[in-house]
Amino acid sequence: MATLSLRGVRKSYQAGFETIKGIDLDIADREFVVFVGPSGCGKSTLLRMIAGLEDITAGDLLIDGQRVNDVDPSKRGLAMVFQTYALYPHMTVADNMGFALKLAGVSKTERDAKVREAARILQLESYLDRRPKALSGGQRQRVAIGRAIVRQPKVFLFDEPLSNLDAALRGQTRVELLRLHEELAATMIYVTHDQIEAMTMADKIVVLQGGIVEQVGSPMELYNHPANLFVAGFIGSPRMNFLPVTVASGDGAGNGVVALADGNQVAVQMGEALPAPGTPLTLGIRPERLYWDPNGPFAGEGHLVERLGGLTLLHLTLTGGEELVVQTDGNDPVQPHVLVRSAVSPDECHLFGADGQALRRPGHIAQPPARPLPGEAPVVATATA
Amino acid sequence: MRSSPLKTLLTTLLGWIVAFALFFPIFWMVLTSFKTELGAISTPPEVFFRPVITAYQEVQARSNYLHFALNSILISVGGTLVAMLLSIPAAYAMAFHPSHRTRSTLLWMLSTKMLPPVGVLVPIYLLFRTSHLLDSRIGLIGIYALMNLPIVVWMLFTFFREMPKDILEAGRMDGATTWNEVVHLLMPLTLPGMASTALLSLILCWNEAFWSLNLTSSSAAPLTTFIASFSSPEGLFFAKLSAASTLAVAPILVFGWISQRQLVRGLTFGAVK
Ligand SMILES: Nc1ncnc2c1ncn2[C@@H]1O[C@H](COP(=O)(O)OP(=O)(O)O)[C@@H](O)[C@H]1O
Ligand SMILES: [Mg+2]
Repeated sequence: MATLSLRGVRKSYQAGFETIKGIDLDIADREFVVFVGPSGCGKSTLLRMIAGLEDITAGDLLIDGQRVNDVDPSKRGLAMVFQTYALYPHMTVADNMGFALKLAGVSKTERDAKVREAARILQLESYLDRRPKALSGGQRQRVAIGRAIVRQPKVFLFDEPLSNLDAALRGQTRVELLRLHEELAATMIYVTHDQIEAMTMADKIVVLQGGIVEQVGSPMELYNHPANLFVAGFIGSPRMNFLPVTVASGDGAGNGVVALADGNQVAVQMGEALPAPGTPLTLGIRPERLYWDPNGPFAGEGHLVERLGGLTLLHLTLTGGEELVVQTDGNDPVQPHVLVRSAVSPDECHLFGADGQALRRPGHIAQPPARPLPGEAPVVATATA
Repeated sequence: MRSSPLKTLLTTLLGWIVAFALFFPIFWMVLTSFKTELGAISTPPEVFFRPVITAYQEVQARSNYLHFALNSILISVGGTLVAMLLSIPAAYAMAFHPSHRTRSTLLWMLSTKMLPPVGVLVPIYLLFRTSHLLDSRIGLIGIYALMNLPIVVWMLFTFFREMPKDILEAGRMDGATTWNEVVHLLMPLTLPGMASTALLSLILCWNEAFWSLNLTSSSAAPLTTFIASFSSPEGLFFAKLSAASTLAVAPILVFGWISQRQLVRGLTFGAVK
């Protein structure tokens, strides 16, 4: 059992300037939580405060309900995997993994057993006598994870653990980490700047920017119901299109029409009433939600076609001057430099006010049901005939 | 950039000239030590002669070389050990927990090396006299340790700062106390740097003459005092003086020769990056 709570946590490296500006967060037992955000937003700082490597300037950090602000890093029951792996270069793989146990005074036989078990899980058995220098990047990474596993921590902390691996290995390790999460049934906090890693791995994503939490939620919740422009632009690839629009009309129940710069009108459906006609808003549309329609409101000429094989991205300049990216099928014969029209279904539109906050979309539930955590019996879907 | 053969030749030549100029006095000293007293002062100087070891025999007859050599070894090693023991914690603190005053503290420590030692001779002499440390090995070990402390701290600080902080943090997560961190991680990983620092300190202690001449007379006197005792007021005996000097520098020369790779590697560690 390990739950983790942050209560108004703040960090100032220098007096008068806050790097972390008050964070409240609850992490459930066995949850896989990902902190994601652009470089320099304070992800590592937050993780290091949880680890105990940085002092907490203000606020409380609770592990299993106990305040641990002033508890030694090694006494918090956490293990950390560093971005650089931080292996001990002068020790063998076995000694690297067994170092914590050795310091804790665990007997040699017990230590060997635990190290061997971790090596088995990570397929490192034939490398136990090697030094880190004689390992590949992926193997070093696994040793770093192994060093965490042997301590049987309550919470695993990862700081961008995949950023030093090549693309192929990154995908493979991602899957492996998820398998480990299942197998170890441990709470994991994972830091990355890569939203794809966040989407694919997380039970819960925490989007950070400039030392504050922009939004917390499951991957699909963030994808479907981003709370603001920042989250909408950060989550999802290719990036969401943003177009300046003005409200043309609204029925007070969420149905309405907004006008593009060229005057073309787009029907929208929100979960709340639109503001008064004439109000400027930002319309957000995911490229994958646009489709070709000879009567569609988005009229423009393509200037670039990106063929990725499975899908095609067409970059358009609309008649009103805005840029728009449309994602279509890989075999779409679309060519640049011809006028095309596309449309979007009203309930796939996102609208953002001048303050950047999203208007509520239909179907938004504040807390969607969580997916079953590892070790728990899966919720069996009951057939509704 | 590729230099022309002529330029290479000239720089090589210049290098040899400088090296020869630096080496010549030592060479001449060794040569003179194998001459008779008469041969040593003959003009023009003799280059080809029949080597004799009378000078060495007389030096050994007049004073006990081994006694001085033992003092030199004990005092150099002792002074270096004390300096290292004091410097490792100091450099650790400054390298891994720096404050806004760390830079100036380091500079201030180094600035004490700019003071001429003779400036504090009288107070130190009086302190030694009252605490009965005159002509004692312990006293000289203390002085040598303090004398080298700024350089040793500075060098260790530079080496420690090269060490990735992550590794120490990983150690802390693994439950390492500060003591564990230093013994299991910092020392093994900065061993080359620490070795060259200790080597330099050893050499500086061995060659130190000012304090040993002023604070020792016989029982704790190291080899530098031994050399000085042969430049007697009743006239210089060059052959004997050379023999004594050769005996004094031989051990550290051999030692330096053996450890030169380590020394050069350590001293250029930060510079060549
Ligand atoms: N030890 C430190 N001293 C002062 N400022 C720091 C320190 N560590 C990080 N910062 C600053 O805090 C901010 C957040 O850094 P960090 O948490 O490393 O960001 P991220 O991991 O999200 O890229 C950055 O602006 C960085 O310059
Ligand atoms: Mg970071």
